[in-house]
Amino acid sequence: MCLGIPGRVEEIEGTMAKVSFGQMVCRASLDLLPEKVSPGDYVIVHAGFALERLDEDEARKTLEMLREATGLEIP
Amino acid sequence: MKYLDEFRDSALADILARKIKKASTRQVNFMEFCGGHTVTIARYGLETILPENVHLLSGPGCPVCVTPAEQVDLIIALSTKPGCTVTSYGDMLRVPGSRSSLALERGRGADIRVVYSSYDALEIARREQERQVVFFGIGFETTAPATAAAVLKARDLGLENFTVVSAHKTTPGIITALLDTDELSLDGLICPGHVSVITGTAPFRYAAEKRGVPCVISGFEPLDILQTILMLVEQVKEGKSEVEIQYRRGVRPEGNGKARQMMEEVFRPADSNWRGIGTVPGTGLALRDEFGRWDALSRFEIQVPPADEPAGCICGRILRGIALPHDCALFGKKCTPDNPVGACMVSSEGACQAHYRWHRK
Repeated sequence: MCLGIPGRVEEIEGTMAKVSFGQMVCRASLDLLPEKVSPGDYVIVHAGFALERLDEDEARKTLEMLREATGLEIP
Repeated sequence: MKYLDEFRDSALADILARKIKKASTRQVNFMEFCGGHTVTIARYGLETILPENVHLLSGPGCPVCVTPAEQVDLIIALSTKPGCTVTSYGDMLRVPGSRSSLALERGRGADIRVVYSSYDALEIARREQERQVVFFGIGFETTAPATAAAVLKARDLGLENFTVVSAHKTTPGIITALLDTDELSLDGLICPGHVSVITGTAPFRYAAEKRGVPCVISGFEPLDILQTILMLVEQVKEGKSEVEIQYRRGVRPEGNGKARQMMEEVFRPADSNWRGIGTVPGTGLALRDEFGRWDALSRFEIQVPPADEPAGCICGRILRGIALPHDCALFGKKCTPDNPVGACMVSSEGACQAHYRWHRK
């Protein structure tokens, strides 16, 4: 129920965006987003609304923490 | 970066599991609050690689499971009113009320439509102005802002034939209520990632600061959850109890203020009945008086009697973390995903269905 899915913003028209999840494309409202997003950004989409922009730097940091924790190279 | 595959690597998962084993100093009970986490843990069999002294318990964070039967009865009663269309997320359709479900009523001819988003319900109201369109708003802080956005839009558009039944629930009060009973002894809380996108760390501070329970806000991929468990085990080892964020790519400590503001404009805190748990003060969201025109409960005269829980079902104890699905005499016998008795078996994110489908131990 509360499972958002990360998707890539493809197009923006007013307050709606086309967001792709692999092969699938859905429309999502941007009304709840606190900041502007652009095509190419990733957002968490839940029940037709983008809830937050995903932070690529933070995602990399998490993967780096995992790499440090495990001593493995992560692509 | 796809934000998915990177967080599903099995070799890394094994190493993380070994780290957890090395860091774990004693037996611990961690609760995963969120139904989404329950599914990841079951689907990827994460418990099979965890050390035996790390126990995971499902919590009350599956909104479908905790919506009480009388709220389903109420929506069914609305669906039988002439000219009424009920719109709902698909998750709620098969959830049993005291005598029927939305799916059964739809089969009998009621106009009940599944929507993907609250805006889809609003669009139906806009297109079909001769009908009264009721939206069944369920879920935690993840979905409540979407319902608020639809109410605000209905006001802006002057739409008079759109109303909401708010069965929304909020997280801080239920966490406090769970921790303040003596029946549950928790050593850590795996906190819900997408609720926290909206709320930030605030709902978990009570658990960490006042009750000494380590809290880590977790993402939903297998590596996210394993890393979260490692962070919890390390807090236990170091005798700390803090709110940490593992899901840093999505969650900011302060949350999403804009979404929260919309939620607060439309809703006020209200007492809420949790299936199997009972009424918990301040854990529900009711429409504020100035939005009464969009509140189905003040627009339509509907009353339903209190509903009983199905005989023999122990969903309530499972949702409080004091029983496991296997403790239930009905589990896998009279109660299966095809013929669910209790709500935890109906929802794909319910503890019982997750245990049944993926043979969770």
